[in-house]
This record gives sequence, structure tokens and C-alpha cells, in this order.
Amino acid sequence: MITSASVATLQNQLAQNPLGDNPMSWILNLLFYVVFIVFLFYGQRIQLYVMLREVEGSLHKLRFIKDEGRKTAIETMKEIGKPQIDPTARIDRFLEYFTISPQNLDPAGVVWKLEHIIDVRDVRLKDEVKMMAPSADETQTNNLENTLEAAMALNYIYKVIRHFYLLGKKTLSLYIIMQIQMLLPLIMREAEAYASALKAFSFGQPIGDGAGALVAGRIMHGYKTKKLPKDCVVATVPIEGRTAYVIKAEGPGGNVGKPGDAIEAVIKENKGKIASVIMIDAAGKLEGEIVGEIAEGIGAAIGGPGVDQFKIEESILKYHIPINALVIKEDIGDAVSPMRKEIIDSIDKAIERVKQVILERTKEGDKVVIAGIGNSIGIGQ
Amino acid sequence: MAQGTANSATRISSFVLLIIFITLALSMTALILAFNAFSSDPVISGWLILLGFVGVGISMYVLLQARRRIRRLNIAIAPVTTTIECKKCGFKNVREFQRGDYIFKEVEPCQKCKENMMITAIYREVKEGDKDHYRF
Repeated sequence: MITSASVATLQNQLAQNPLGDNPMSWILNLLFYVVFIVFLFYGQRIQLYVMLREVEGSLHKLRFIKDEGRKTAIETMKEIGKPQIDPTARIDRFLEYFTISPQNLDPAGVVWKLEHIIDVRDVRLKDEVKMMAPSADETQTNNLENTLEAAMALNYIYKVIRHFYLLGKKTLSLYIIMQIQMLLPLIMREAEAYASALKAFSFGQPIGDGAGALVAGRIMHGYKTKKLPKDCVVATVPIEGRTAYVIKAEGPGGNVGKPGDAIEAVIKENKGKIASVIMIDAAGKLEGEIVGEIAEGIGAAIGGPGVDQFKIEESILKYHIPINALVIKEDIGDAVSPMRKEIIDSIDKAIERVKQVILERTKEGDKVVIAGIGNSIGIGQ
Repeated sequence: MAQGTANSATRISSFVLLIIFITLALSMTALILAFNAFSSDPVISGWLILLGFVGVGISMYVLLQARRRIRRLNIAIAPVTTTIECKKCGFKNVREFQRGDYIFKEVEPCQKCKENMMITAIYREVKEGDKDHYRF
């Protein structure tokens, strides 16, 4: 039952300021309600603007890296190539080059189609570089080609991120912005790696990816080399009573060659009488693994679009040749930037492991193929 | 074009610098006025002190952020070293990388035995501080 006293209390309470009597507490309370309501209705939009701002910051950095890359490419081209006309316009056109991968709805024969496309691309790029840098020799042409490819990669990364940033801004879609914002740290690492690769290529410095080529180079150094298809060299080296055919891409120009063709040629030359194929390559390390760590396994240790791996697997399958792999661990940044001391220090250990594999997996008098995979920039033979 | 873009990206814009300077000047004026008005009107002086410190804080923050943005743009590339060795006497020479150097290249004669020396390594050294240290 409601008494007159309780009605009076209620009337008193209603008459009081619901936000309190103290003006400071009144302001704070009001502020809290405003913030609460704003976040309730506009929380996602605020989050979106924060993400956009973060992407924008990275985009600024990417634009700076891309412009620096372009500048380095133009300066190197002018310095080494000594062109008659300014190569800037041609380089700008070069940076926009694209390659369309073959149709794989019917996968039969796609490897050969892909190989053809890659060959055409390589020839086209090399011709362009020769036109832009008529004074460059073969080694310098290869280095310039690599420099321009790194600048192309930076240009492409910048344009893709800019595309998603502008698309996200236009559509105000949280999901478009979110996916690019989440991937940004990895993309930025890759862009920074290409930025340092650009310097390495323009100066002709060995890069981390060349670890395999350096192992092969150290084994074959001092022995007569012979050219192999395509852009590879082979040396016949006696190791532990066996005959080793040591293969690497021809250096010191920036070149990965076609190890698939080279290994196939050596196997054919020996009519398939090869006791083992040992491949050495640089491999991506997982976080926490040590740079320069060596791991051993089975299979064709080779990256790239897959054409060479396919050819090597076909060749060894034909003659049932066992294949061993040795990888030197490094991350993407180390792979394309000047070779780290840790990687150089691991080369001798890798050679010891190769010898150990030969001793354990082959007999005296056998023939083995040792293929050092990777970019031979800054590495002779 | 690239030069212009790089330059504008690697320095603080003069407009931002002007705004920072004006804010800083006004804040300093507020602090001086607060000091003068302290004995006559403590309430006004208190507000001026608050205003002055907030202004100094904001301008310092904007300046530091602008500097941070520029520092973020620069990518530190470690110097590259070339090691030259004499195969005969083992004499080793380490110098900065020069364009044209490559591993297995024969270079100048050895200072000790006059035999041709060879480049055996080209590498960059990552400083200990740059390496990551985690518990696992």
C-alpha cells in the first residue's frame, strides 16, 4: 500500500538532478553518456578510420620506398649503361610490365606453356635492358635486369595496397580495410626486403638467396667449368673417391639459370648412371629458427614458378635416381638482401654435410650431381 | 620527380613547423602571464598554467610524431664488407665493398708474398642489438 510519505520521497527524488549536484560530476556523467552513445552507434566507423589511418601511414612509406627504388634504378641505368637518351620514360614503362600466366583449365602441358611464357618474358626484359644500357656487359645487364625487377615488385606492392586503401575508403567496408590492415606487417617486411635487394642488385652484391650457388661455387672453384643450358655452369670435381658434377647458375651477374635443364643434360650425358642428386638451396625459415641453420631432407630443393622442379623430378624419375636436399635457413628479408655473415659462415658446414651425404648414400666410384640453386649475383665460379 | 617526392617525404612540412612554433609561442606567453598574475589572481593564473602546459605538450607531441614518421621512412641498410684472402700465405684483408667486387674475383697482390689475392666473402653484419631476443 502506497503511503503519502513514500509518495513524497519519490517526488523528492524526481525533483533532484539525475546527474548529481556537483557540476564536475555532472560534466563527467554527461561526457560518459555521450562517449557511450557515440561508441554504440559509431564504434565500427571509428575503428575503420583508425585502420585507414594505419594503412595510410604504411602507404606513405611504400610510396617513399617505391620512389627511391625508381630513382636507384634510373641512376644505376645511367651510371652503368651510359645511354644516349634519357631512360626515365622507358623505365617507367618497364615498371608497368605484366605477365599473364597460362590457362590451366586443362592442366596437361601447362608446365611447357608456363616455361615458354617465362622464356619470352626473360628475353623481352633482357632486350629492353640492353636497349636502355648499351654500354653494359653481360654481368651488368643481368644485374640491371634484377634491379629493375626489384623496382617493379615495389611498384606493384604499392599499387595493390593503394588499391585496397582507396577501395576501402570509397566503400567504407570494414572487411576490405581489415584484411589489408592485418596483412600489412608482412607486406611491409617484404617491401623493405625488396628495397634492400634493389641496393644489392644495383651494386652487384651477393644476396642470401645465393647461398646454394655459393656452396657449389666453393666446391667447384679451381676446377675447369663448362657451360650448360641455360645460363648454368658445371665442373667435374673428385670428392671422396666419387665423381661429382657440380652445377650452379653462371655468375657473377644476377642470374638463376635453368637448373632443371642443366641437371637433365648431365643425367642424359651420363645415360642416367648417377648415384644421387644433391640439391642445395636457401629456404625460408620459421620465426625462432636461426639464420644459417642447415637442414637435410629429400626432394628437389628449388623455388620459383615450378618449371625447373618439374623437370628435375621428371629426369630423376626416368632413371630412378635418389634425390637429397640440403637447405640453408633464412627469412625473406635475408634472401633478397646482401648476404648475412651467418649465411657465409654456414657455407663450410653445408659443404661438410654434402660430403657426409655423399659418403653415406653413395659408393666409391659412383657419379653424383651436386646442384647449388640460387641467384649467382656477386658469386663467380 | 622522385627526388622531389623523397625530399618532401623526408622533412617536416614548413606549414606544420609554423603551427608548432605559433602554438609554442602562445603557450610560453600563457605561462609568463600566469607567473605575473599568480599573486593578483590565482584562479586566472591556474587556468593560464594549464593552458600553457597543454599547449607545450601538444606542440612537443606533434613535433615528435612528425620526426617519428620521418624516421620510420628510412630503411637502415647495414654496410657490406668484402674479405680478401691470400691462398698461399693466408693473409686476410677486410675492407668496405666496392662496386665490381664478387666472390672468387682475383684482386691486388698480397702485401706479404706478392701472390694474387682473392675475394672469399662479401657479407653484411647484423648488429647484436638488431637481433630479436625471445624466450623461445
